Amino acid sequence: MNAATARQSSVTYRSDTAHRRRKQVGMGTVYALLIAGSLLFMLPLIIMVSTSFKSFSEINSYPPTFLPKEWLPNNYPDAWNYQNTDFPRWTANTLLIVAATLPGVVISSSLCAYGFARLRFPGRRLWFMLVLASIMLPPQVTLIPLYILFFRLGWLNTFLPLIVPAWFGGGALNIFLLRQFYMQIPRELDEAAIIDGASHLMIWWRIYVPLSRPALVSVALLTVLGIWNDFFGPLIYLTSPENYTLALGLNMFQGLFVTRTDYMMAISTLMILPMVVMFLLAQRYIVQGFVTSGLK
Amino acid sequence: MTDLALSRTPPKRNPHFWRDTLRGYLFILPVVLGLIIWTFGPMLASAYYSLTDYKIVGEPVFVGFKNYVELFTRDRLFGQSLSVTVRYAIMYMVIGQVVSLMIALLLTQRVRGLGIFRTFFYLPIIVPYVASAVLWRYLLNKDFGPINAVLQGLGLPAINWLGSPESALFSMVIMSVWTGAVTTIIYVAGLQHVPDELYDAAKIDGASGVQRFFSVTIPMLSPTIFFNVVTGFIGSFQFFVPAFVMTDGGPVKSTYFYNLNLYEKAFKWLEMGYASAMAWVLFIIILVLTLFIFRSSPLWVYYDGEAQS
Repeated sequence: MNAATARQSSVTYRSDTAHRRRKQVGMGTVYALLIAGSLLFMLPLIIMVSTSFKSFSEINSYPPTFLPKEWLPNNYPDAWNYQNTDFPRWTANTLLIVAATLPGVVISSSLCAYGFARLRFPGRRLWFMLVLASIMLPPQVTLIPLYILFFRLGWLNTFLPLIVPAWFGGGALNIFLLRQFYMQIPRELDEAAIIDGASHLMIWWRIYVPLSRPALVSVALLTVLGIWNDFFGPLIYLTSPENYTLALGLNMFQGLFVTRTDYMMAISTLMILPMVVMFLLAQRYIVQGFVTSGLK
Repeated sequence: MTDLALSRTPPKRNPHFWRDTLRGYLFILPVVLGLIIWTFGPMLASAYYSLTDYKIVGEPVFVGFKNYVELFTRDRLFGQSLSVTVRYAIMYMVIGQVVSLMIALLLTQRVRGLGIFRTFFYLPIIVPYVASAVLWRYLLNKDFGPINAVLQGLGLPAINWLGSPESALFSMVIMSVWTGAVTTIIYVAGLQHVPDELYDAAKIDGASGVQRFFSVTIPMLSPTIFFNVVTGFIGSFQFFVPAFVMTDGGPVKSTYFYNLNLYEKAFKWLEMGYASAMAWVLFIIILVLTLFIFRSSPLWVYYDGEAQS
């Protein structure tokens, strides 16, 4: 009997190690692929930063170096203050548009989401369907009439076409994202508040806004990212260089000085730096924002 | 308080019917106005402009379906830009979905340090298109670019990535896969919703890793795949910035995307009526193809609820 258990346990022991070894090989492969893949995905950004410190002649020689032979931090001030460009102003313009748009997006999308999630009134379903349908509409369809509208209003070459529409609902996807969140908040909370005589505006402000802070942060961060990186809107509506945003400025820069890769990489690095910091600090919220607006 | 009772009675008998209606519309007023002013109104205007000759200066002149007829019979660039966009969409669809799904599978394995790996894979989404266009033009540079240096180091021939019509479009697919981590993020979320019990059950039944992938992962993930295919497809038709910044549609119009064509018609040549017609053709193409994908979805999308019925 003793021998039997010993044999049995040795059998299980052997199959256990075999299993574990196979599992370790599997994990090893997973790690190898993860490391190789993430290196591959980070490499373009690493090269961007490394190139931003190289000399002009080093960039235009073969074979290319991975790290600069000689580090030139002066590329940054040189690029930032390059003739016929105005990066300080373009940065200020971009920040101004962000500051003027962000409250509109957060407040109006949150109010609308509350209306769709919590209030009952005829036409609610219809309007919500229309909001969802507008996500599918390619923006080209409204592009030309809007351009003509802003032209008639005298808003071309101002920031208004980029700011004002955001105050009207703040984007269908954001309404959708916040409504999803509001639907999960237990109704007992607002019913109790109604008994206490609170108005819906107060319930929204005192209960829903504080409880939905993570979702509001997601909306805000995705909005900042969207405006910071927007190219098409500014390209259409902003015509004179003093009104450019960073994205347009970088495009003008690359059009004028197409060979100055060193400066272009320096400006690109500066442009993405705030977004990299934002992403590293708030990755959870940004990823959650993409997921909630992406899944039903 | 009264809400519970009210929900069972028809709205006519609600004594606060008008008050509730008014309050509801006050809350959603921003988006109601927004949709009317910035979406539906312009849609109607654009439909009308598409039937006119309109160069911004002066009034639109009604010409019937002339713009549409010209698009489909005489305009060679229209066909070219449509074909470029469709070829890009197919390449991006296949390569992008496969790569994103593979990365998502790696990022949902039970290993340590996943958080860091996810950060590495997701980070490129924050890079603006202009910056990535500038960056990739250098990476893909024929003479001094790092990618060709690696190829030549491996004894392979250098490729004139953006300079030759054969590879320029493919170069943009590569760039889009790099910046397209949103697809990966959504696959990761989808994979996290696949219940572990299914994998355990399959393991007990003796299914191999490959079998589990095809008989558990893919069916359970099919709604996510469906979503990514639809949005990726619509996104392909919005493709603009890299073509505008990197190649200006060249060489020999091999990256002349539909959207770039529309932009030039509207804002370079000020053919507002013609460009509006192009926008409507695009809208109808997207609508028809999206409906087609939706209608075909019961054939290949598995929804959890069906199991019970």
